[in-house]
Amino acid sequence: MAATLSPPRILPSGDAAITVEFSRKIDDEANRRVLTLDRVLADRPIAGITETVPTYRSLLVHYDPAVIDFDTLAGKLLACAQREGRADLRARRWRIPVTYGGEHGIDLEDVARTLGMTPDRLIALHTGSAYRVAMIGFTPGWSYLSGLDPAIVMPRRQSPRLSTLAGTISVGGVQTGIQCLSGPSGWHLLGRTPVRTYQFRRDPVFLLEPGDAVTLYPIDAREFAERDEAAEHGEIVAELVPS
Amino acid sequence: MSRLLVTTVGPATSVQDAGRYGAQRYGLTPSGAMDRLSLAIANCLVGNPLFAAAIEIGPLGASFTARDGAVRVALAGAARGSRIGDHDATPYQSHLLAEGESLTLGAARDGVFSYLAIEGGVQGEQMFGSLAVNARAGLGSPYPRPLQGGDAIETLAASTAPEHAILLPAPVQGPIRVILGPQDDEFDRDAIAAFLDSEWKISGTSDRMGYRLEGGLEVRHLHGHNIVSDGTVNGSIQVPGNGQPIVLMPDRGTSGGYPKIATVISADIGRFAQIPAGRGLRFRAVGMSEAQAAARDMAKLLEGLPSRLRRPTDSSFDVDALQSANVAGSAISAFDVPT
Repeated sequence: MAATLSPPRILPSGDAAITVEFSRKIDDEANRRVLTLDRVLADRPIAGITETVPTYRSLLVHYDPAVIDFDTLAGKLLACAQREGRADLRARRWRIPVTYGGEHGIDLEDVARTLGMTPDRLIALHTGSAYRVAMIGFTPGWSYLSGLDPAIVMPRRQSPRLSTLAGTISVGGVQTGIQCLSGPSGWHLLGRTPVRTYQFRRDPVFLLEPGDAVTLYPIDAREFAERDEAAEHGEIVAELVPS
Repeated sequence: MSRLLVTTVGPATSVQDAGRYGAQRYGLTPSGAMDRLSLAIANCLVGNPLFAAAIEIGPLGASFTARDGAVRVALAGAARGSRIGDHDATPYQSHLLAEGESLTLGAARDGVFSYLAIEGGVQGEQMFGSLAVNARAGLGSPYPRPLQGGDAIETLAASTAPEHAILLPAPVQGPIRVILGPQDDEFDRDAIAAFLDSEWKISGTSDRMGYRLEGGLEVRHLHGHNIVSDGTVNGSIQVPGNGQPIVLMPDRGTSGGYPKIATVISADIGRFAQIPAGRGLRFRAVGMSEAQAAARDMAKLLEGLPSRLRRPTDSSFDVDALQSANVAGSAISAFDVPT
């Protein structure tokens, strides 16, 4: 007999979406269950579900209430979420270049000073971790990575910056991330990547999937400029590691 | 091929359709019409698919001119003065703009957004199955940004089809209906009462991303205003640190880190979008079965729109027809002129 997992909370997000919540915190195991449920629903679709949105701790399931009602869908989601076993997440492994500090990472030195370490040590720690794409959200391609070294956890800035550069690599709390488009941010800016996680006229339009494994490696500002130029012309300047 | 030239235009005017779905998991918000019912009505009047792309016109006036041939158009949504040349052009009816003729629209008098549908639709490049403008993501066609004077929308030459009016049921009125959650447990009974019992006003800083509410009692959090980000929907009502809610609209971020006390039901989000800044409103909590029944009623209304088409009455002074044709609120006088 298959063991059953603890049930997630089924929360209504209006009349056309359900939030399946596995945890209220950032929690690696909860994120794994989110991604597993997402995969299960992709492999064995339930009629009426129109779209799913994985996040750190919950899966948002959009549905058409004219096709399936709340109670029926909630029951099916609970059953799927409690089934034992890990779906094959088919995670890919990416190596993503980052140039740290200087004009590309204006907070690097301040963050290092606050944490009581040298900028080089901070870069070594930030590039030394195995990350996973926990979720992509807020704006196109904004990839939230889990797996940040606890030694570089920093509270967010008191006041967010209204505009930060496309490709910014930053840390905020226990999170680090790859921001694709320019926009506001309350995180600390460590560097930039030439990799476009979202680029409309490229195949694929979206580079990363939730669940993908990511490691970062340092490049200098000159290499950044070269690869940024190539990326602008549609080249994928991230490396896919053969599995 | 005809063109509809944008002669003058105010802010918040853009090409919109049903929006783009399927990529919220990558952070791509759906965009799409703020008031889908009005979009569908305008399209229905010119014989288009209900959710074809049309021009969503913001609260200020606008004018358009037909070029390289005749263009058939219809206007629905917010009440505003509407003229073709020297003649009144009744809203909620299709009209032919002859080559060189101009349609002049006044500022919205009631409501916020109007939809100008064009027979044959907007010619453009589909992006994720949609022409809807999402300026931040660089998406939208024919222009990936709000419309500006001098822009031209390519469309098909007007057909020889007869003109149409439409007979609509009385609009839904009363408080905006919400379902509590998904994070209503971040608030105590008093905070939920403050949210439901206050009269709110839409702030002037609202836009297609979100409508900020002000003027109500502070909605206090139990455990602070930061939660771990999770997914949002159109109508998510998040409460930031100042206790004044924000209702997320079609250009929202796909995830957010403020607790969401409630969600506007899908049947009411369009009429909520049409409430102008400064106007008072209240919310009413409903159960899932009432909300889903309203959603099914809305789906039926949309599906049945083509059967509601009528030939326009000969007289443009038929006040009954004008009133029944006006879903956005108050009656439209045939004597109104653009302001």
